[in-house]
Amino acid sequence: MKSLIPDFILDAWMSVWGLLPPLMQYLVETTFWILVVMISVILTVAFTTYFERKVIGYMQGRIGPNRVGPLGLGQPFADVIKLLIKEVIVPQKSNRFLFIVAPLLTLTPALATWAVVPLSDTFVIADIDAGLLYVLSLTSVGVYGVILAGWATNSKYAFLGAMRSAAQIVAYEIAMGFALVGVLMAGGSLNLGVITEAQAGGFSQWFILPLLPLFFVYLISGVAETNRAPFDVAEGESEIVAGFHVEYSGVAFALFFLGEYANIILISALTSIFFLGGYLSPFEGWTFLGEGQLLSFLREPSLAWLCAKICFFIFVFFWLRATFPRYRYDQIMRLGWKVFIPVTILWIVVEGVMAWMRVGPWENLAG
Amino acid sequence: MFHAILFYLFAAVLVGAALGVIFSRNPVHGVMFLVLAFFQSAVLWLLIEAEFLAIVLVLVYVGAVMVLFLFVVMMLDINVEEVSGAFTRYLPLGVLIAVLMVTELIQIIWFRSAGELTGAGFAATPEGYSNTKALGSVLYTEHVYSFEIAAVILLLAIVAAITLTMRKRPGLKQQDISAQVAVRAVDRIRIVKMDAEKPDAGDQS
Repeated sequence: MKSLIPDFILDAWMSVWGLLPPLMQYLVETTFWILVVMISVILTVAFTTYFERKVIGYMQGRIGPNRVGPLGLGQPFADVIKLLIKEVIVPQKSNRFLFIVAPLLTLTPALATWAVVPLSDTFVIADIDAGLLYVLSLTSVGVYGVILAGWATNSKYAFLGAMRSAAQIVAYEIAMGFALVGVLMAGGSLNLGVITEAQAGGFSQWFILPLLPLFFVYLISGVAETNRAPFDVAEGESEIVAGFHVEYSGVAFALFFLGEYANIILISALTSIFFLGGYLSPFEGWTFLGEGQLLSFLREPSLAWLCAKICFFIFVFFWLRATFPRYRYDQIMRLGWKVFIPVTILWIVVEGVMAWMRVGPWENLAG
Repeated sequence: MFHAILFYLFAAVLVGAALGVIFSRNPVHGVMFLVLAFFQSAVLWLLIEAEFLAIVLVLVYVGAVMVLFLFVVMMLDINVEEVSGAFTRYLPLGVLIAVLMVTELIQIIWFRSAGELTGAGFAATPEGYSNTKALGSVLYTEHVYSFEIAAVILLLAIVAAITLTMRKRPGLKQQDISAQVAVRAVDRIRIVKMDAEKPDAGDQS
């Protein structure tokens, strides 16, 4: 660090920094970290699209993108540039303002939720007590972008897509919320950092074991919430062309795209935090393996573990997309209302019994 | 100071959004203004450190209630002229309610400022105090019966709403889901073995 930046610049910076009022220092620092997290998420989104095309390509016996740059790694940037220089067409009979605002409304909640996500044991932008509620409320706000896009386009296909998406998201949000009730019962807090710390002690302590049904409900509801295959009836190419974003082009479409993939990464991150111990290591406390530098790094909680878990869940998303045919709409509704919600309620009761008997994560419960 | 600036900023947007709800001619715009108003009031609650209430306001009203509102408003193709006619018709009632609310608010502020709270403002909560935890512990211990009764009343409302829409009509076709799931390929297709038809040798002429 010191070698990169000359000392006099560093000194000047420190003296200027000291002059700033504390509130200003706080603002500058927070803005800096917000930018760091946001840019990382957006870059991850870029490579997630590449990852998706490669994964699906190999699953279907194709090669996937391999022309731009080495191994086709330049493909996402080529796509971005293509979308940026395309014309944004606003349909004449559409509602101009809402048409433009809708893509922003899908992207903003997906990015804003990262504020409470603990990325490592020391780093979280906003360490708030009601973190889990904040996550729930922001994911529920994300539906507005889709509904408004469908309505503002003033087209039958887009409107049908929006209606389907709205009903679907509202249904699966309830199952998701109930699954999180189970998580907060086990974690004993609404703070995501505290929930992660409650799973400390290696793989056997992760919530995925006592909360296995809730884990599946949460993950599948997450797929449904992000409108991904096999729940992508809101887009349903075979029936309603492209659903709610049928009239979007250029940058506006790119924003929808960005929002969708940011949501995928977010759901993956949240699933890892709620059920797989977030930044914690699965080998925590396995000292019998030896004392090498790499081995002790593997036992430490770190950002690398969170990234590995996120990558795994992103892969699961693409795996599902390449494997399953699209659900029929009435089957989606049935799964959400008549299967998932009863399962979660039942498991909350089971958890109550487990807490009462002091087993699993409730072993050391006080009082 | 900084707090006050934020308060007046968000309060101004809140009042503007509330006016937008009434005066926008398009019902969808009205609903979106209402969403904005909910967000602004959530921010105002955050400013007085009531973070649980603020987040729950967004979760329940913005995330669930208003989505269904928007759903219904979009489905009904409401005539804009009729809506503006309704505005003048309901104006006296609206003014009456507004006057009542303003009187009550003024009374509260009046009595408060007459008491010991003059100029004190809100006391900042101590470090480590969790709004959510405090609300939960009060709600589930002291007020557990009223809480349960409220829950039962809500459940009753849900059951009532569902029963209202449940009516048997003649000729109604219903899916039998378990039959659909239990179906096997054997039930639907029959594989028939038959000899291949050979073109007749004498038919070539």
